[in-house]
Amino acid sequence: MHLHEFQAKTLFADYGIPVPAGQTVDSAAAAPQAAKSLSGARWVVKAQVHAGGRGKGGGVKVVSDPSAAEEAAAAMLGRRLVTPQTGAGGLPVERVLIEAASDIERELYLGALVDRARERIVFMASAAGGMDIEQVAAETPDKILTVAADPAAGLQPYQCRRIGFGLGLTGGQVKTLTGIMLALYRLFTEQDASLVEINPLIVTAGGELLALDAKINLDDNAEFRHPARTELHDVSQEDPTEHAAAAHGLNYVTLDGDIACMVNGAGLAMATMDLIKLHGGEPANFLDVGGGTTAERVAEAFKLILADTKVRAILVNIFGGIVRCDLIAGGIVAAAQQVGIGVPVVVRLEGTNVEQGRAILENSGLTITSAEDLTDAARKVVAAAKQNL
Amino acid sequence: MSILIDQDTKVICQGFTGKQGTFHSEQALAYGTRLVGGVTPGKGGQSHLDLPVFDTVHDAVAATGAEATMIYVPAPFAADAILEAADAGIGVIVCITEGIPVQDMLKVKAALAAYDARLIGPNCPGVITPGGCKIGIMPGAIHQPGRVGVVSRSGTLTYEAVYQTTRLGLGQSTCVGIGGDPVHGMDFVDCLALFEQDPQTEGVVLVGEIGGTDEERAAQYVRDHMRKPVVAYIAGVTAPPGKRMGHAGAIVSGGKGTADEKYAALEAAGVATVRSPAEIGARMAELLH
Repeated sequence: MHLHEFQAKTLFADYGIPVPAGQTVDSAAAAPQAAKSLSGARWVVKAQVHAGGRGKGGGVKVVSDPSAAEEAAAAMLGRRLVTPQTGAGGLPVERVLIEAASDIERELYLGALVDRARERIVFMASAAGGMDIEQVAAETPDKILTVAADPAAGLQPYQCRRIGFGLGLTGGQVKTLTGIMLALYRLFTEQDASLVEINPLIVTAGGELLALDAKINLDDNAEFRHPARTELHDVSQEDPTEHAAAAHGLNYVTLDGDIACMVNGAGLAMATMDLIKLHGGEPANFLDVGGGTTAERVAEAFKLILADTKVRAILVNIFGGIVRCDLIAGGIVAAAQQVGIGVPVVVRLEGTNVEQGRAILENSGLTITSAEDLTDAARKVVAAAKQNL
Repeated sequence: MSILIDQDTKVICQGFTGKQGTFHSEQALAYGTRLVGGVTPGKGGQSHLDLPVFDTVHDAVAATGAEATMIYVPAPFAADAILEAADAGIGVIVCITEGIPVQDMLKVKAALAAYDARLIGPNCPGVITPGGCKIGIMPGAIHQPGRVGVVSRSGTLTYEAVYQTTRLGLGQSTCVGIGGDPVHGMDFVDCLALFEQDPQTEGVVLVGEIGGTDEERAAQYVRDHMRKPVVAYIAGVTAPPGKRMGHAGAIVSGGKGTADEKYAALEAAGVATVRSPAEIGARMAELLH
């Protein structure tokens, strides 16, 4: 789960990590008052969306008076912000964060994530803050300092000092950074985070450290032990189809093509998307219906697929192991009758009772084409999509 | 010979009396797995499926000499179940459970270093030595005792590879589902090493997917340590970056872990690869003849 910048900063503040004074507003009219309540004579108005690169899309504005804050907020609120990271459709801006502007002396990068190869929580820091860290990693990897927290001992102050002195900070700043990193480690472990980024972590003209931006991703698998988390979930930032799918226990990812697929199993679903592309088609989605392929689930899956008006054909690829193919076929037919599908459907079944399953599809009276094997299925659905343009 | 488990391996089930545990224990027994009992805390002393139920894994091991366990315990309690099994001296721990928090697995992996136990999974279909022992949710009927080792991060995609090798008369020595989580037990290299030593295994099918660097490490291992032929298929060529594709570990993050990169690493190491999942069995057959 992703958090907004303002939510991440609230969490930072709870853990004693220094953040600029700020206030969130959801209407432009509230902006001037919010600005006045914050000290100083300059403010930054920041669109709150689950994507980076906001500056490039006009989602970050520095203003010098409260009425300009209102103008800036008005230009962002109620619109969709397009950044290099959002895709062409952008993301809706329902809130903006207004902060007292800071005098920036240096911009640093500080992040923490789970390094799966090392099986450790790893902290990365770089003097190249305010830049795309992936670019820094690609171009100048030696500029990135890394320390790995020992699972038993936890992150140690000496590791934070190594980073601090490595970044060229003064002795006092290194002490502050140590406090920040230890607090970040506590946040990371207590909140079951999967990624935390402060980019940039700034050194102000006065020599203070401040988290100018904050990004937190939380481990979805840990939801069961963080009941308060649901309040932080902003559905508006998610693809509506993907969100609806999750509500039905289906795993769905939207893609750009016109051939939809419905598969049981994530690996097989990825393989099916790839197979479609290999045979000259463009996959419209990733959809894993999971283990229980009942009529209800298949019907929900068909509805989700058909909500995408680009879809010209559907490939259903099910390997029935413990779930029998004749039951699956019955479910597909029932679902198709319930939903009323207007595009060609190719079904490839394999596994237990496959012959009975294929017979059910043949005799259903619906426009369902049975496929012999994976290759046959891919060829048939690509041809069907071309004919249905 | 096969690897990890065979017809003599004594197996217990943790989460024995739950719905999943019961169903898959019945399936295991029907397949001929030597299931000797199970664990559900609080139900020790009872009988389930005509087998003894124990309160703890220690009790189960003391009474039955169990060597392997299959864990069908919900995600909030699964890390605990894995560590309990290791502490009780179980040598092969197969954790089927999906949804374990990644930081739990960091702790589990660190703690497991103190034991000799081998962990397979979590979030995996399990391990099967066809004709001998089935520990997991895979459909036994599509398997056939034979000469191809299968190691995979996937579930149903693994069954495709298995089915193809069965139809071609090659059969499988052992199939290991290492699972779809980012932090997990045995990886590709661990399984390849066992397959290379196993007299029954003549070739290996490796099924990978986007995310992480396990396939890249496997490529180096094959190049440096293996004589037996390996065929690799990688799912997720068309997966978009930054999106979790079902499995918690199937994500291209920071530009790393793409299927193209994995194919490149495998091919540079001289590993045979196929771009279509439909060709896995045929390519293996070619290499074995």
